[in-house]
Amino acid sequence: MVEELSRTEEGNIIINVGPQHPATHGVLHLVITLHGETIQKVEPHLGYIHRSIEKMCESLTYRQFIYVTSRMDYLSSHINNHACALCVEKGMQIEVPERAQVIRVLMDELTRIASHELWWGAMAMDLGAFTPFFHAFREREVINEIMEDTCGARLTMNYILPGGVLEDLHPSFQKKVKDFIVLYKRKIAEYDEMVTGNIIFQNRMKNVGVLSAADAISFGCSGPTLRGSGVSCDVRKIYPYEIYNKLEFNEALETAGDSFARYMIRIREMNESIRIIEQLIDNIPEGEFQAKTKAVLKLPKGEFYQRVETARGEFGIYIVSEGGTTPYRIKFRSPGFSNLSALDHMARGGKIGDLVAMMGSLDLVIPDIDR
Amino acid sequence: MWSLSNIASGIHEWLSKTFPSTVVTVVEMVIVGVCVISLFAILGLVLVMMERKVSAWIQIRLGPNRVGPKGMFQSMADTVKLLVKEGMTPTGADKFLFNLAPYIAIIVSMLLMAPIAFAKDLTMWNLNIGVLYVSAISSVSVISILMAGWASNNKYSLLGAMRSGAQIVSYELSAGLSILCIVVLVGSLNLNDIIASQSNGWWIFKGHIPVFIAFIIFLIAATAETNRAPFDLAEAESELTAGFHTEYSGMKFALFFLAEYVNVFIVCAIGATLFFGGWMPLHIGHWEAFNHIMDFIPSSLWFFGKIFFLIFLIMWFRWTFPRLRIDQLLNLEWKYLLPISMFNLLLVTAMAILGWYF
Repeated sequence: MVEELSRTEEGNIIINVGPQHPATHGVLHLVITLHGETIQKVEPHLGYIHRSIEKMCESLTYRQFIYVTSRMDYLSSHINNHACALCVEKGMQIEVPERAQVIRVLMDELTRIASHELWWGAMAMDLGAFTPFFHAFREREVINEIMEDTCGARLTMNYILPGGVLEDLHPSFQKKVKDFIVLYKRKIAEYDEMVTGNIIFQNRMKNVGVLSAADAISFGCSGPTLRGSGVSCDVRKIYPYEIYNKLEFNEALETAGDSFARYMIRIREMNESIRIIEQLIDNIPEGEFQAKTKAVLKLPKGEFYQRVETARGEFGIYIVSEGGTTPYRIKFRSPGFSNLSALDHMARGGKIGDLVAMMGSLDLVIPDIDR
Repeated sequence: MWSLSNIASGIHEWLSKTFPSTVVTVVEMVIVGVCVISLFAILGLVLVMMERKVSAWIQIRLGPNRVGPKGMFQSMADTVKLLVKEGMTPTGADKFLFNLAPYIAIIVSMLLMAPIAFAKDLTMWNLNIGVLYVSAISSVSVISILMAGWASNNKYSLLGAMRSGAQIVSYELSAGLSILCIVVLVGSLNLNDIIASQSNGWWIFKGHIPVFIAFIIFLIAATAETNRAPFDLAEAESELTAGFHTEYSGMKFALFFLAEYVNVFIVCAIGATLFFGGWMPLHIGHWEAFNHIMDFIPSSLWFFGKIFFLIFLIMWFRWTFPRLRIDQLLNLEWKYLLPISMFNLLLVTAMAILGWYF
């Protein structure tokens, strides 16, 4: 009994997916036009949880504003903080001690694994398999406990400050991380068995939401979404920051451009992160974990930009400074926003079930899109 | 020996001595009705509890463990909650059809109980076309889903109902063909005759590979017909929020929920009857002592044991497989299962004619 009002002239049905919908994992509102079950158009409506973080940052000092960015992409909050700290350090030419750099990178990679673990569970749940979600959370919990020991918080750790990190590592850190690596290597085979190798899962993911390299670039995609289309774009490789240029790791690349390619990229990225952690965990240099900085930070007049690779893609921060204690203007380039813009292009001609698979493979975090 | 059939015939004799025959029929009908309804209620409670415990076990959780010992009264508490909840009817809904749909769903599953042999000589209605009756009545359940989806005035419900319609109509075919395999071997549609034919061994063992293939197809089709994951496209909570019962609340929702679980029970009962010998104990060739020990286990225990084994399989599917897409679902049926089951039926027919089974 479809009301006449909600039909378009061609007889298509318009359906609101969200703002409260199980597949959007947050307050994302998609208006989709359907012909039968085939998607004609997807129109994302944003702004439900816009908190004007950029404006808020303008009234906070350079020490304070870093922590607001934890609330943007809460799954890779540490990496967001990292970008902000790097930008301030670049502006003030602060030399970060090597120990602090290694700790930051270690935490970055742990955050990336934790984020991908959660994505993996949510992705499988979108496709109707509930159990992987619990299995993913079991392993993620171990990482959260490692974070809790060292930083005091589990999700929004606020562990970074300009010049280094807030506290030294917890004495149990190395042992716990090594235990986690052993656990992870045992469990990743389970993941492959349960989800990756499942024929239903592969059929749902392959040739769904195909994004060509040219389209992916023109939509401004980054991270696993762009690498799934075969474009090399890992910021850690191309514009290395901290000690990434000294580390050995591969950039995961797939050429198919479909949801399964994006899925495989993230699985391989987790393995690469484990490799990075393995290289660093026994070689944490001794020394200071914080550089000596002035009590009040003042960036010189000018414009500063820093990009990092978060779990979702390229996160950029652009600071315009007038020379005061607070930034004049801050702009964030969040990966989720650009990745979401490709959804309409990918989804056209697909089914509703495909839309869910595509949204899952884009790994959308809504506070990252609505800042 | 103690058995349910002795009790049933005892009651019948006592009633026949005391009352005239018309009254006896009426009283027996009432007794049977009360039995079906209570079995229904108990099944709902037990199966919901079982599903939650099985899922908890698969998902490394504990599951409900607060209400009563080991959480055993959790589903009763849920029932009380659902009973006192307000049953909403959305604006713009077709009120008559909207309220009728859950009752059709529940009546269909009640009707399906009739020809099932629960224990030795314990059938509510010893019907000579039992198998046909079951497959005919079970197709009616799609009407309740279509009705619910259409009358809800909700586009998610409508999509869910359309999916369900396409799905059940398709999977009826291979379910029917795999049932036919056994009918061909037995030569009777009566469920009691089918059980009797398995006194020297269950069909799953006697029928070689073709019957095994038929069983696998039956299991897939049964999962699809009861709208259980990985074929739960009518609900598909990550796509259609709750599919055809999005707008239902309170007891009306509970009736759909109950009907789903009872349908699972019934398809498993049919599967157990056709392939695992119903209430027939496990007999192995000429091992007389072994067969004799097996006979001491009550026939109803055999039957329910087999059913719950099949139910466990279906629950296992639900908690480990992702969901199919609608076009893949229909492809699976029309491109793979239907041709395979047609060819399989030919094989079984040849086998039955040539007598190539134990």
